[in-house]
Amino acid sequence: MSEIEYTSVTRVAGPLLFLEGVNDAGYNDLVEITLPNGETKNGQVLDTSAGLAVVQIFGTTTGLDLPNTRVKFKGETVKLPVSDAMLGRIFNGLGVPRDGGPRIVSSERPDISGGAINPYSRAEPSEFIQSGISSIDLMNTLVRGQKLPIFSGAGLPHNDLVAQIARQAKVLGKEESFAVVFGAMGLTSEEANFFIKDFENTGALERAVLFLNLADEPSMERIITPRMALTTAEYLAFSQDMHVLVILSDMTNYCESLREVSSAREEVPGRRGYPGYMYTDLSSIYERAGRIKGKKGSITQIPILSMPGDDITHPIADLTGYITEGQVVMSRDLHRRGVYPPIDVLPSLSRLMNQGIGKGRTRDDHRGVADQLYAAYAQGKDLRSLSAIVGEAALTETDRVYLKLADKFEKEFVSQGKYEDRTIEDDLRIGWRLLSALPQGDLKRVKKDFIDMYYKPQAASPS
Amino acid sequence: MGIIVKISGPVVEAEQMRDAKMYDVVRVGEEGLIGEVIRLAGKRVAIQVYEDTAGIKPGEKVENTGAPLSAELGPGLATSIFDGIQRPLPVIKDRVGDIIKRGVFAEALDKKKKWKFVPSVKRGEKVETGDVVGTVQETASTLHKVLVPSGVSGEISEISDGSFTVEEPVFAVKGAGGTKRLPMMQRWEVRRPRPYAQKLQPNRPLVTGQRVIDAFFPVARGGSACIPGPFGSGKTVTQQQLAKWADADVVVYVGCGERGNEMTEVLTTFPELEDPRNKRPLMDRTILIANTSNMPVAAREASIYTGITIAEYYRDMGYAVALMADSTSRWAEALREISGRLEEMPGEEGYPAYLGRRLAEFYERAGSVVTLGKGKKEGSVSVIGAVSPPGGDISEPVSQNTLRVTRAFWGLDASLASRRHFPSINWLTSYSLYKDVLADWYSANVSADFMEMQSKSMLILQQEAELQEIVQLVGPDALPERERAVLDAARMIREDFLQQSAYHEVDTFTSMKKDRMMLKVILTFHDLELKAVESGIPLSKVLSLDVRGRIGRMKEIPEDAAQADITKLLDDTEASFKSLAPEMQAGATEGAR
Ligand SMILES: Nc1ncnc2c1ncn2[C@@H]1O[C@H](COP(=O)(O)OP(=O)(O)OP(=O)(O)O)[C@@H](O)[C@H]1O
Ligand SMILES: Nc1ncnc2c1ncn2[C@@H]1O[C@H](COP(=O)(O)OP(=O)(O)OP(=O)(O)O)[C@@H](O)[C@H]1O
Ligand SMILES: [Mg+2]
Ligand SMILES: [Mg+2]
Repeated sequence: MSEIEYTSVTRVAGPLLFLEGVNDAGYNDLVEITLPNGETKNGQVLDTSAGLAVVQIFGTTTGLDLPNTRVKFKGETVKLPVSDAMLGRIFNGLGVPRDGGPRIVSSERPDISGGAINPYSRAEPSEFIQSGISSIDLMNTLVRGQKLPIFSGAGLPHNDLVAQIARQAKVLGKEESFAVVFGAMGLTSEEANFFIKDFENTGALERAVLFLNLADEPSMERIITPRMALTTAEYLAFSQDMHVLVILSDMTNYCESLREVSSAREEVPGRRGYPGYMYTDLSSIYERAGRIKGKKGSITQIPILSMPGDDITHPIADLTGYITEGQVVMSRDLHRRGVYPPIDVLPSLSRLMNQGIGKGRTRDDHRGVADQLYAAYAQGKDLRSLSAIVGEAALTETDRVYLKLADKFEKEFVSQGKYEDRTIEDDLRIGWRLLSALPQGDLKRVKKDFIDMYYKPQAASPS
Repeated sequence: MGIIVKISGPVVEAEQMRDAKMYDVVRVGEEGLIGEVIRLAGKRVAIQVYEDTAGIKPGEKVENTGAPLSAELGPGLATSIFDGIQRPLPVIKDRVGDIIKRGVFAEALDKKKKWKFVPSVKRGEKVETGDVVGTVQETASTLHKVLVPSGVSGEISEISDGSFTVEEPVFAVKGAGGTKRLPMMQRWEVRRPRPYAQKLQPNRPLVTGQRVIDAFFPVARGGSACIPGPFGSGKTVTQQQLAKWADADVVVYVGCGERGNEMTEVLTTFPELEDPRNKRPLMDRTILIANTSNMPVAAREASIYTGITIAEYYRDMGYAVALMADSTSRWAEALREISGRLEEMPGEEGYPAYLGRRLAEFYERAGSVVTLGKGKKEGSVSVIGAVSPPGGDISEPVSQNTLRVTRAFWGLDASLASRRHFPSINWLTSYSLYKDVLADWYSANVSADFMEMQSKSMLILQQEAELQEIVQLVGPDALPERERAVLDAARMIREDFLQQSAYHEVDTFTSMKKDRMMLKVILTFHDLELKAVESGIPLSKVLSLDVRGRIGRMKEIPEDAAQADITKLLDDTEASFKSLAPEMQAGATEGAR
């Protein structure tokens, strides 16, 4: 590969540089850009044709000019040196140390875009992760190798929730090596510090790798950050046999950067200006979770995204939901009423739940109890809005039972402390206590045997 | 040989390719990545590349194979898992490991494996395209029929008996143009529908074992259905349920731009499940095409054509084939992305103007047909396509164009899914235009009164929707008893009949006979309940009858006990109403029987 430097930048538009007279730019190859003041930046080839290359710059274009900016094509795609010395380290959004430590040197330098795991090589995720949070463990069970995002909104306590999951998550009956990889895109330094502190306090920091792109850092880096995090996670999971939890926050900022590049390229915009290929692009991030047959490690992903306007049909939440294996949805209404964690179980879902629960995993009545609580809570909530119009007096006797159940479900089941680590047995006990208030004939989702075993109407009344 | 002049994502442009024809397969770059010609414009040729193009540079070469993208058809398809351009994923894993790498060349069928070929024609017999010359027991449940390929007819001059690879000649046909020696395998261009003698009017349902579909919104064999719904509403589970339980001979499941773990789930669960009709492993009749969301988009575009070509091939053997495509929206997005890279004039929401035509062409490949050949075999391809509309709003182009060409519509509903009413098929908005043509089949094969029971149930559900509006204003307590009885019946239909869990070992599949018995019990209960209320018995008494709990658990009654148990339940229902009101005349129940 010729290491020629080009000075033929003819146009700068947003984060894009247009170069003429370039013939050997490989598609998606890494680019090094030297500004007139000697500062260097990285970029990536987005489009290449005989005589013209379009380069996306990771960073700001401040100080860039046309005649003196030098551009070098590196002849390879973006790669990240990985090793287990990364544990306990903090990097910036492009993988450069920001903790004062040395750069990572390694002969293993995987391409950060990763490849698709062969569907035939995947192993089915089926190990129950107990997060200690009732509305997740009983209602939307997380399993190892799953990708389960948190749909949140500005000002909701998603960081507390994720930190709590990271603190409490365990696979029952197992002591295995685990790691946390954290990819921050556009987080405030306060939020980043919250996580660092929390990891420090629990001693998790030495098992963690952090890639931080903060709110005041170049938005273009955010396209790279999650890929750095996942490349590291893949190395730890599939070469080092670790169970890796990847937290990506905030995916909304990532998507915004994607939109910025797309509009600079004058592409036909899709919904709300996001590019039409955003589904495919997001899948190249989210699908990098899972288990592989014959490998010990796993990658579990918890991406966080804030839904603009709390709108679950917004393209970012919508496309994410179409790719991930469920979602945990936070509710402003519950938050306002002081419920922590304010998880609205109705729109929440874990698609891999069935693989992880039941006899020998959690308990054999798990599925039925969860389904019954869903149905009952949904009915109670409907009645709540009905009684707001017609008054509670216009409801039937049974309706009032459901109305009360919905309240108790939020107060006694969903609500818990930030440091309260409930077991699945605790969750089931609370679940049955609530269900025991219902007429026995209504419990159609639970098998008869379990009703005989756990349904105790006397125990239901005191509260 | 051509030279690359431009690379933009999955689209590469090349020059100096004078011999290129539309849809020729080409090998791109030094690594020989597989691509397909999709536009000819002056001296420039646009190519969609089925593999990742990162690192490719202008100036690299392009070689034309001169042949269009084709599927290999022959023994060995059943139980396979392929990517979108029919490369077997297990072979790719063996070659490059767990992560798919580009530039792997892997042929669809195993060329070394020998299959036992049993001839079914004799020397001297006259054959034509589509005739069966022999059979291979491909799996325990699939008898693969070796067909005379397109364009061949004449007299059998050689016929073998024994074990052969798919490429070794097993028969020869002497025709006008000389003698052709032919193997078991044939090739077919994926973008061209395989011909047939005649298309038939569909006249029997594809029985799916899913109550809401079989009883209310059936799809015909050889018909087409679409399942639109927001994320998490149950499209994939419904399609997988059909792949498991539908009474098809062969199932082609195309995972088109969806999750890797969903394909793994099929691969791990299907071999353990057995066909309720013949007790053979379901995997034996299944072919998987897995081009997940993170695999190259151009191959995603091709995947549904690969799938339907395989489906048509089995149809031509005289089989009922069902094809599921999950999700056609991701296919359409692949089309959009490629169109965008070609800088074509975008139509609605950026989709190319030809989206509607391409969708119609695809669904038209469904059908119940008389195949080519002398045997007059009847085969069918039923197509069930999932649609993933943004935000669940079906006013977008993919949903709308699909609605125009499919005749059964199973609309999934987020609010049903969130309260765990599954399958979350909305009974008020869904429809099947096959109901009328299938009415005779239902009368003959289920019961004479089945269609009537179906419309009666539907009416109750519609009344419920109207009553709910009143309840929203005045509260349920203000409704007269009679109306509350209707609400009660609707609830029974919804919860005790329509709701069906895919994960319950018995509930996952219900026969039509059991469907009928279940509806019968519910409707009988409702008739009696109305009469009771009219004769002044308070509804609360009816609601506390013991049989109600049993009605709620009818779905858990295994198929072999259903006849006896549900008949008993029907008798007990009548008896308990009698005990409720001895003064209710015996004659009053007559109408329900
Ligand atoms: N018939 C059913 N019985 C029980 N559960 C079901 C059924 N159908 C769907 N579900 C539940 O709903 C969840 C989501 O279903 P599914 O994955 O099919 O949704 P989808 O519409 O394909 O979503 P996406 O568009 O994101 O792929 C399942 O994981 C399962 O928990
Ligand atoms: N090997 C099989 N695997 C799965 N299903 C099968 C198989 N054989 C038969 N069936 C089921 O039985 C149905 C009837 O089979 P088929 O159409 O071959 O019957 P037939 O004897 O040819 O009937 P007819 O005489 O009416 O044409 C099929 O549609 C299919 O549902
Ligand atoms: Mg799906
Ligand atoms: Mg027949």
